[in-house]
Amino acid sequence: MGAKKKSKVVAYNKWGYIFLIPFIVVYCVFQLYPLIMTIYNSFFINFMDGLSHIGPKFTGLGNYRKLLASGDIWKYFGNTMIMWVAGFIPQIIFSLLLAAWFTDPSLRLKGQRFFKTVIYLPNLIMASAFSMLFFTLFADSGPINSILVAMHIIDKPFKFMSYTVPVRSLIAFMNFVMWFGNTTILLMAGMMGIDPSLFEAAEVDGATSKQIFFRITLPLLRPILVYVMITSLIGGLQMFDVPSVLTNRTGNPGATSKTLIMFLNDQLRSKNYGMGGALSVLLFIITGILSILVFRFSNERETKRRRDKDK
Amino acid sequence: MKKQLLSAILCASMVAGTFAGAGAVMADDAAAEGSVLNVKVWNTEFISRVTDHYPGYEKVDDTTGKIGDVTVNWQITANEGNAYQDNLDQALLAQADAAPDDKVDMFLIEADYALKYVNAETPVAMSMEELGITEDDLSKQYEYTKDVVRDANGVQRASSWQTAASGLIFNREAAKEVLGTDDLDAVQEAVKDWDTFNETAAKMKEAGYKMTASANDTYRVYSNNVTKKWVEDGQIQIDDNIMKWVEDSKALVDAEETGTFDLWSDDWSKGFYPEGKVFCYFGPAWFFNFCLAADDEGSIAHNGGWGFVNGPQGFNWGGTWICGAVGTDNPTLVKDIILAMTTDNDIMKDIAQKDTDCVNNREVLAELAADDSGNVALLGGQNPYGVLSAGAELIDMKNISSYDQGCNEKFQQVMKGYFDGTSTLEEALAQFDSEVKTLYPALA
Repeated sequence: MGAKKKSKVVAYNKWGYIFLIPFIVVYCVFQLYPLIMTIYNSFFINFMDGLSHIGPKFTGLGNYRKLLASGDIWKYFGNTMIMWVAGFIPQIIFSLLLAAWFTDPSLRLKGQRFFKTVIYLPNLIMASAFSMLFFTLFADSGPINSILVAMHIIDKPFKFMSYTVPVRSLIAFMNFVMWFGNTTILLMAGMMGIDPSLFEAAEVDGATSKQIFFRITLPLLRPILVYVMITSLIGGLQMFDVPSVLTNRTGNPGATSKTLIMFLNDQLRSKNYGMGGALSVLLFIITGILSILVFRFSNERETKRRRDKDK
Repeated sequence: MKKQLLSAILCASMVAGTFAGAGAVMADDAAAEGSVLNVKVWNTEFISRVTDHYPGYEKVDDTTGKIGDVTVNWQITANEGNAYQDNLDQALLAQADAAPDDKVDMFLIEADYALKYVNAETPVAMSMEELGITEDDLSKQYEYTKDVVRDANGVQRASSWQTAASGLIFNREAAKEVLGTDDLDAVQEAVKDWDTFNETAAKMKEAGYKMTASANDTYRVYSNNVTKKWVEDGQIQIDDNIMKWVEDSKALVDAEETGTFDLWSDDWSKGFYPEGKVFCYFGPAWFFNFCLAADDEGSIAHNGGWGFVNGPQGFNWGGTWICGAVGTDNPTLVKDIILAMTTDNDIMKDIAQKDTDCVNNREVLAELAADDSGNVALLGGQNPYGVLSAGAELIDMKNISSYDQGCNEKFQQVMKGYFDGTSTLEEALAQFDSEVKTLYPALA
């Protein structure tokens, strides 16, 4: 009797699990297993010296101690953060401005689709190709220098690649140009999700567009802004292709544009799985801490605001 | 009589049978060797040498050829970012398990990392003896070319067709304009040691010429005249002559008498053309042919505008060695190619004349130096072989270590920051230490 009853129930949920299998399998093979192996490897001395394999020999936290003691990791972390912030600030300002204009119905902007496509275009170019382009443009005898000299702005070619500030600025600028379109689209989606009646009510009450932006748009956009910040932060910490190609892997001048992932890449030349693993785990921890900080920071203000409101 | 005849016939047939049998065995032997010869290279230099000079080589396309029934499969991986060695290491470590036709049969190495591949503890390159090449076969080669590729037991494991004895290649126009003559002795007098070299640099600057395109041009000259190895007993040490390079180069860069470009970059190679206004480059014979853009109309080389002198110090730069891979299934062919390309007088003379390569053969170089057959068009008809062969005798490569490549590369890289003024000398040296230890964890 019981068995009969059971057969009448159509178990649709099993299809859910079946359809999930490909993802789970791919995830386990290509993500979970490497992730576990990375953590596992980080506790071993394991590298190639010429053609001879040294290790694997268990060393506990030895690799971590070595990394933290040398101080290089903090230098490269600093480089990474400086270049990320320098790219992120203009990126968020431009994106907010463009998103606000695009979503404002009273402006009646023409050719919106065209401009939305155009600002997204840089993201379609491969980062390394984009970087190579800049490398050529800003070479000592490259076109930018030729133009500047021809226009008598400078009398001899400026060595862009030999100074810290120009190199970092170029990297930040490239990241900004590549990603502001993407951010704009995200913020627009957030802005269009805001109830239009709020804007209308504000307009009826005589609020200026500045007031509307800062008092209505921005606060209601917070969840999307937090999302944009965290994803950009994670992307920023993983910055690699642009600086690596621009500086020909060196992070020159004086390793001031070497990022954490470039440092990780250096470990791989001697197949240093132990140190590479340890660096990856530290990078994971740093990313986690920073993400929690950003999340907490923005959520706290939210809860505080709510508490104030209740009072 | 009949019986005798019969036995004679039987004997004859038996002998014939033996020969036929031997013939069959030999044919089997050749058949037992693989039908594919895999050769790992990092550029097209050796491919074109074999294509042009190895008897019986037929080109199929850019990366395949045929020698008899054997297909030659060139596997090119660029040197950039260590890609060649990564690729080679992977293949060599998998050599034992690879299918016969996939096994690496031959590969090329450079002096900078030769010790890594001719190591007796991790044998990947067959010794000359195992290949069946005798000391006698190699007797015409220069000593240093054999010393570089000996393992700790003194066993030679590679052979080269070229010597990379190097000198100073100068722009004749600039010499006439600034020094008043392009006479070889007079030019040598103006660059005879580093102090004179640096004085000449100041004169060049007044006339609008850079002495060298980059500070890195002179690096090899200094680094080849060291008295200490880069690494000894796991300790990194910086030789005095290398610090002299830093000092001299900083002065030249500050006086704007040279640049800080990376070698092989576009900015660096501007001086191959008259508008680039560079007085000299440093290099061996392969540099003439392979690097000076001689095929480009308008280049200095195209118009025969270079000259060649010894320069401040003799040195060696690069050079390519051929190794037979342990585990190859074509040992006979590998042996034959090495013998033909690195010991055969006729082939090597041909290489020298056609490709302006300085071949690793005393007899051939002496012949070339003796008459006009060694004149080089891009050097304005100068015959450089006398200078080159004298240089090759003097080269001493005793102070090489297996970490040279990374040390040389990283040292030039960090010093760029110091020359450009972005870091202090202490910072640059600290950076060097950290970069090398990251690159070679064994030294950390």
